[in-house]
Amino acid sequence: MTAARGSADGLSVWDRPNSYIGKTVPRPNLDRLMQGRGTYVSDIELPRMAHVVFLRSPHAHAKIAAIDASSARQMPGVIAVVDGRELAAAITPWVGVLSHLKGLKSAPQHAIAVDRVCWQGEAVAAIVATSRALAEDAAEAVLVEYEQLDAVTEMRSALDPQTPVIHPSLGDNLAFERLHSAGDVDQAFAAADEVVEADFIFGRHTGVTLEPRAVVADWNSAEARLTIYQGTQAPHMVQNIAALHLGLTEQQVRVVCKDVGGSFGIKVHVYADEMATYALSKLLRRPIKFVADRVESFNTDIHARDHRCKGRIGVTADGTITAFEVDDLTGIGPYSMYPRTSAIEANQVVNLVGGPYTTKNYRARARVVFQNKNVMCQYRAVGHPIACAVTEGLVDLAAARIGMDPVEIRRRNLIADNAYPCASPTGLKFEKLSHQASLAKLDEMMGYESLRAEQAALRGKNVHRGIGIASFIEVTNPSAAFYGVGGARISSQDGVAVRLDGQGAVICQTSITEQGQGSEAITAQIVATVLGVSLERVRVMLGDTDNTPYGGGTWASRGAGIGGEAALQAAKALRQNILGIAAGILQSTPAELDIANDAVVNAGDRTPRMELKELARIVYFRPDTLPPGVQPELMATRHYVPREFPFAFTNGVQASWLEVDIETGFIKLLKHWVVEDCGTLINPQLVDEQIRGGVVQGLGAALFEKCIYDDRGQLTNANMADYLVPMSGEMPDIEVGHIVSPTLESELGAKGAGEAGTAGAAAAVINAVNDALQPFGTVITEIPLTPEVILRALGRI
Amino acid sequence: MTAPMAIALEVNGEPVNAHVLPRLNLADFLREHLQLTGTHVGCEHGVCGACTVRVDGEIVRACLLLAVQVNGKSVQTIEGLSDSGEIADLQAAFRERNALQCGYCTPAMLMAAQDLLRRQAEPSRERIREHLSGNYCRCTGYQAIVDAIEATAQARKVQVR
Repeated sequence: MTAARGSADGLSVWDRPNSYIGKTVPRPNLDRLMQGRGTYVSDIELPRMAHVVFLRSPHAHAKIAAIDASSARQMPGVIAVVDGRELAAAITPWVGVLSHLKGLKSAPQHAIAVDRVCWQGEAVAAIVATSRALAEDAAEAVLVEYEQLDAVTEMRSALDPQTPVIHPSLGDNLAFERLHSAGDVDQAFAAADEVVEADFIFGRHTGVTLEPRAVVADWNSAEARLTIYQGTQAPHMVQNIAALHLGLTEQQVRVVCKDVGGSFGIKVHVYADEMATYALSKLLRRPIKFVADRVESFNTDIHARDHRCKGRIGVTADGTITAFEVDDLTGIGPYSMYPRTSAIEANQVVNLVGGPYTTKNYRARARVVFQNKNVMCQYRAVGHPIACAVTEGLVDLAAARIGMDPVEIRRRNLIADNAYPCASPTGLKFEKLSHQASLAKLDEMMGYESLRAEQAALRGKNVHRGIGIASFIEVTNPSAAFYGVGGARISSQDGVAVRLDGQGAVICQTSITEQGQGSEAITAQIVATVLGVSLERVRVMLGDTDNTPYGGGTWASRGAGIGGEAALQAAKALRQNILGIAAGILQSTPAELDIANDAVVNAGDRTPRMELKELARIVYFRPDTLPPGVQPELMATRHYVPREFPFAFTNGVQASWLEVDIETGFIKLLKHWVVEDCGTLINPQLVDEQIRGGVVQGLGAALFEKCIYDDRGQLTNANMADYLVPMSGEMPDIEVGHIVSPTLESELGAKGAGEAGTAGAAAAVINAVNDALQPFGTVITEIPLTPEVILRALGRI
Repeated sequence: MTAPMAIALEVNGEPVNAHVLPRLNLADFLREHLQLTGTHVGCEHGVCGACTVRVDGEIVRACLLLAVQVNGKSVQTIEGLSDSGEIADLQAAFRERNALQCGYCTPAMLMAAQDLLRRQAEPSRERIREHLSGNYCRCTGYQAIVDAIEATAQARKVQVR
């Protein structure tokens, strides 16, 4: 796969006999899930558990004049009805800002609205009953008197002087603004032979995890401890936030995360209704369960994207890109989300536009505005799909203007593979990327030239097919630069503890979490390889703040790169400990011994000397027979955080091949290709499936997904029949290839892969549609590309 | 029509007698009354397919059926199909191909896949995609699922010969 990567003790993870690294092995936890024997939060039932249902505002913006819950309280099974003011006694409000996002502002948000609701779906009261059905019955009997206020819905006019200010104390509706300028942009545009502009529109969409958000909060008043069962990506973050706002120490809060039915960034935040559930459990001194229904999911799970971005590119006649310029506008709802904030996506757009290309001339403005719509925040590939679609759309427009092939213009402008290390115009440090090799591989995989010939031949038959290419970079393995420096207690380091049990099997506790990516699998593969034990002997535990080392969790494509390196280092330390003990027992030296196939062996001739289970037996049950002075330590813990690079950038390129029916406006996706470079591939199958799943989320955004609000701030399609998601029938087969440029910062060399698919898929589709429609002289820069959008562009409706 | 009603049915081959409210849907009955939590609830309006179970041999959406409607019928859930071994090969193919990530859609996806394979020995990839088109999966992008079902169909065909 790559050159051997040595280390201090001469051990290289690549050289280990029977290495599981780079191999496709099945994930260890699948049978449980396939037999319906998993434990999702919605499956959990505890003694005395009650159910909470939230009564939610039907208005986008209104004063709460009065709440009358007197009849609801008399209904069967009702335990309590609690409004925002009452709950505020148990939990403090929060403000979603980070100090390194200079100027970012937001207003205090309560777990349940106090006096005023700011979006349709904000909770106004909690109804707790012995069953969810009874709580829903009672919710209908809670009478709320509202005085409607003007709703700010259109982000383009949110900053106009005549538009009401949602939070008067903030002065205006501008949450965040960032300006950036690098190089000499005006001169670069002046030097260009052509300057092309376009307005890009991105629909507001959401994660639609199949398992809705769910929490069981269990306050044990005798222990003064709160146990939170939640499908979260970041258990220690939830522990910190819950403790902070409930007036507890982190010691008093345990977060347990068992099986999670999809997350994609939706479950990396702390939501008001979840906070309310924690507080209710404390208030009512019993376990409380909250499971969002699908309508609530659409109205309260974070939304994402919803950008309007004006882009400009300069190009010379020979195809040299001279400059990029963007002006991005996005609306985030009434509050910046907590604790990661809602400014990160726009900030990423500014960071990433033009990222794969050599030009140093770049100017950007991003504005983030408040609206009376559901909150918006980080969802898979944060900012990347916007930056990629704008950049790659502009590159295609520039190519078309000068009559150059889309692959050729990229070949001429993508950063050369031997130019690293280097930096982007926004100061992003690139350790080692492979844009050119990736593009060459993609060209070969898809048979670019023959596809072009097929396209030309079919055009003669009035069949309109298009090819779209999109190069991209992806932020992975974030250091403290993402959240920690801004004051958020979201750890960027992860820890892994590895121990040998009494039968010589291995138990591994890691702070990264599992939502189906394969965190358990890759951790086990790394540990088994480094230790020299068989994979079946390694059991991985995660998702429990009482039982794992402290760490960040799984988000921002960080699990394999950061948690994986911690696992590698922990396993190396345990291995050294085992060899030290074995040397004592066998009257040898650690250097003369190794571990292979679950036994200590001679390093030289590989002769087995002692099975690990025998070593464990002696250590745990007959330590009296050990040589004097030997104090065995069959457990080792290591932590890891990247320090050299703030982020480990990855890169890749995608291509879409599709057909547009110019009569109906329907798009048929025929094939999709991805070449990506995430460094070391720990389990190639898992990487490929991350890419495929990510691509399909991007394809959903490109073709179907949009939260449609009316001008009063009402979400009009908050159900799965009206909000369309990709289903199997419409999705193409996706071919995935790899270039491997490991990061040298870690011994493992792994970078992230979880968001690469989503980063570039929509961009490739938009470019392919415009390629297909090229004979009609129309350019579309809006997603989702619904039949209506296509037919309007063609002038047919 | 709001008082509990008596129902008698068979679930995974075992007789079940219960008193249920008429408004209780089959998914909630299985999950909350029988603790058969392998049947998942995703949308509660018949679109996502996560609650797919078998009633008298036909796959149905358990969220769109009331518990009282299955009185006298035979219901099979993922727990039953797993324990009988009926879909062991399909599950093995899913494992081999990593045809699941979070696993929330998987019990229902297996139900739908087995339904197709019982009807059609050698479905094309298009046919497989069409048959699964009522089962939402947010994680995989579907290709691995299609591959696993295709592989199972081929393996079963060889066995029959």
